[in-house]
Parts: sequence; structure tokens; C-alpha cells
Amino acid sequence: MRRVVVTGLGLVTPLGADVETVWKNLIAGESGIGTITRFDTEGQKCLIAGEVKPADHEWGFDPNKRVDSKIQRQVDPFIVYGIDAAGQALEDAGLTELDEETKLRAGCSIGSGIGGLPGIELESVNLHKRGPGRVSPHFVHGRLINLISGQVSIAYGLMGPNHAVVTACSTGAHSIGDAARMIRDDDADIMLAGGAESTINPLGVAGFAQARALNCSMNDRPTEASRPYDKDRDGFVMGEGAGVVVLEEYEHAKARGAKIYAEVVGYGLSGDAYHVTAPHPEGKGAENAMRMAIRKSGLDASDIDYVNAHGTSTMADTIELAAVKRVLGDDLGGASMSSTKSAIGHLLGGAGAVESIFCILAMRDQIVPPTLNLHNPDEGTEDVDLVPLTAKKREVNAVLNNSFGFGGTNASLVMKRVED
Amino acid sequence: MSDIAARVKKIVVEHLGVEEEKVTPEASFIDDLGADSLDIVELVMAFEEEFGVEIPDDAAEKINTVGDANKYIEEHVS
Repeated sequence: MRRVVVTGLGLVTPLGADVETVWKNLIAGESGIGTITRFDTEGQKCLIAGEVKPADHEWGFDPNKRVDSKIQRQVDPFIVYGIDAAGQALEDAGLTELDEETKLRAGCSIGSGIGGLPGIELESVNLHKRGPGRVSPHFVHGRLINLISGQVSIAYGLMGPNHAVVTACSTGAHSIGDAARMIRDDDADIMLAGGAESTINPLGVAGFAQARALNCSMNDRPTEASRPYDKDRDGFVMGEGAGVVVLEEYEHAKARGAKIYAEVVGYGLSGDAYHVTAPHPEGKGAENAMRMAIRKSGLDASDIDYVNAHGTSTMADTIELAAVKRVLGDDLGGASMSSTKSAIGHLLGGAGAVESIFCILAMRDQIVPPTLNLHNPDEGTEDVDLVPLTAKKREVNAVLNNSFGFGGTNASLVMKRVED
Repeated sequence: MSDIAARVKKIVVEHLGVEEEKVTPEASFIDDLGADSLDIVELVMAFEEEFGVEIPDDAAEKINTVGDANKYIEEHVS
């Protein structure tokens, strides 16, 4: 069977706009969450988010590095983040210049949960105020979710499968899982896979706040607001950004002497069949996805050393933890589990990809990132290592990453280190 | 250069991301400045906005060069 490995990484997040900066900040326990600066929050219930920082910030994002200024003007920010993260991943993998034969075997699977909501909001106002003749000719293709994959394929000449997952907050994980299958099934040798999101706009923030999903009670202390597994948690904090990996067929990667970060060994998918926003109270969907991913991986549950939890800082954390315990054991079989949403917020469609990259870096550096703000752990967490407050050095050879989305869609990925 | 030509040039530079020197009256939007059909729709909208003129579709179709744009606007701006 064709094996699938990770050979390149790219990140744009509230903690930085390149992999090493983000990781350094995450391990140091920095928070990327703050008061919203992107728009006037007058009248909003939620005033905080994890924004990608402007170019002049120490961890800022400079869109001009990898995205043409004309494209920046035409598309929503989630596409700009996605193009940049994809470019980073290709550069990291040493795959920016491909021959024609390789281009036919290289594709994209980069999705988003929501897509270009800020642009839809602005252009809708424009339509109503000024009429249909003032709507931008770039409106549609500047907002469509599959236009990260589209733009990246054009920029780098990638003529293999061009795919984009839309499964709310499971998007990033599904994108990687689906792309890994495309390589395994011989549709491609190289796939850029990941997710991006940017919905820190008035409509996005109001919509999630009205759905009672966001933390609206800690506006005065933004860095403390995302607190997964803590008794005082009160909803998620929205983040934004992108994560993209280069997936590559193992022999292809070896033949060109590529740096191999990890192998994608297990992928599990399921549906809750229960409620549009609330997870199944017994976490059956989550459990099924995890069990499938571990079964496919050929590993034992006891081989998992680190779990990057979905852990959004909502009541659903309890349900996920119970499900993880049923799969790995009451003490998680000695695994550590943390939620990095405590530091960067919830990147929605980008989350599963960004968090998969954190899992990979945990294996590379043998250190697991912390769950920030975990001062009063909830009941049921007593025998579990949730890596409170500070990063922890430990052996990490295999990881499990969970992502769950609105609609009751679940995805789990298992990755492991590759021995030389 | 007339005031109109200078303003047209500025819009073209901004929208197409091209160097100012390339925006000559003879320059074709598509052949010389790398625009596609949608870029031209957008440019026409920007001209309409800047100069307060309406450029109907049949007239817009005949605007192929920077000079064509200058000429149309000079003739129609009130």
C-alpha cells in the first residue's frame, strides 16, 4: 500500500505567520487573543478574537510576501492566508519548482468552513446601497471556498486533483485525511492539504455570538477567555488563519531526499446524527471517528502519546474528554492531551490543519504544547494530563488529532514518526 | 498630461498592479498590461466612480487601450 508522509508545513495564525515563530510562541505559553481591532465592535456582545497580526507587529503577517497585490484586492482574507500557508509549505518541502510530469501528479485539498463572509457582508451592503452595477466582478470567485485550491494551483502549476472540503470546524482535518487517501489511491504523489478561515467581521462575530457559541463574558481579559477544560469556561474565542501541509507519497519523498516530518497513518470520519450545533451528549460520533482512525493506523490505542483535542472551551469539552477516555483509557493510557485553542482561539475551518501541524511539531521536538488558563480543571479531569499552563517535554511518537464541526461532523487523524 | 489622463493612470496602476511607466496611451489593457476581461469590468467601474460618468457595456467593449479610456472620459465627463 502507498504510504503518505508530511514533507512541508505552513502556518498563518494569531501567534505568527511562519511555522517556527508560531511554535516558539505556542510553547512559550503566549496568547494570540486580544480585543478586536478589525472593525468597530459597537453593539457586539463579543469584543475579543484571535486576529492575525498586522505586518508591523512582531508576529505579524505580510501578505505581500507570497500573494500578488492584485489578488489580495480581489479575494477575501481567508484565501490570502491559504495561499501564503501553501507557499510556505511548498518552500519548506523544496517543491516550488516542479517539472511538468510532477505537476500532473501534484494537487490541492485546501478548504474552509465558512469562506468569504467579510466580502459577502460588504458586497451585500454595497448592492443594497448602490445597486447591482456596483458589485465587484471578482465578488464570486473572491469568496468561494475552493478558490484557495484554485489560486494555489494556478500560482504553482499544480494540475493534480483540485479539491476543497467544507465541513465546518472539521474542514482542516478532513482536508488532510481526504488528500492522504488521494495519494494512497494513486490519484497524486503530492498534495497540498489544509484549511483556512477569516470571519472576524461584524456578521461573523454577531452570528456566532447569537448562536451562543462565543465567550462574551471575559471581554475585559481576552487572553484568559479561551480556557478549555476549566470550570470557568464560557464559550469559544474565534481565531483566524491557515494551516497547510505538503503530503507526499513515501517513496517519492525518499527518492528526492526530502525531510520527512511524519506519516499519516489513520483517518476516521463519522456523523453524530443528532443536532446542528450540539454534539451528541454521549460523544458517540467523536468516539467512532477516533476508533476508526486508530484501527486504520495499525497502532494500539496505548501507542498514542499526545492528543490535540478539539477542546473549544465550551461544554462540549466534557463530552470529548469522556469519549477520549473510552478510547484511550481513563488515564488516556499515559497520553497527554491539550487544547491549543487556548492560545490561538478556534480557527474553525483552519483548526484541524493548524492543530495537525502542532501535533507534527510535538513529535519533531518531543514537547507538547500547553492548555492555557487551565486553573480550575473540571470534574473528570483528575487522572488526565491536560498539560495545564506550561509546555511539557515528553516522548511523542504517535499523535491523535480531533476535529468536530457544526452539523455533527467528526474527523480524527493519527500520525506517527517515521524512523530513518 | 491632462488631469484626466493622470487620474486614469493612477487607477490603472492601482488595479492592475503594473509599473507606472508601462501605462502609456498606446498600452493595451489585455496585451500589454496583463488584464483579463474581469479586470476590465473592474477598471470601467473604477473610471465611472472616479469621473462620475456612466460607461455603457457597448462603449466599454471598445475601450482597449489606456488612450481609449482617456478619450472616452474626456468626451463624456461633464
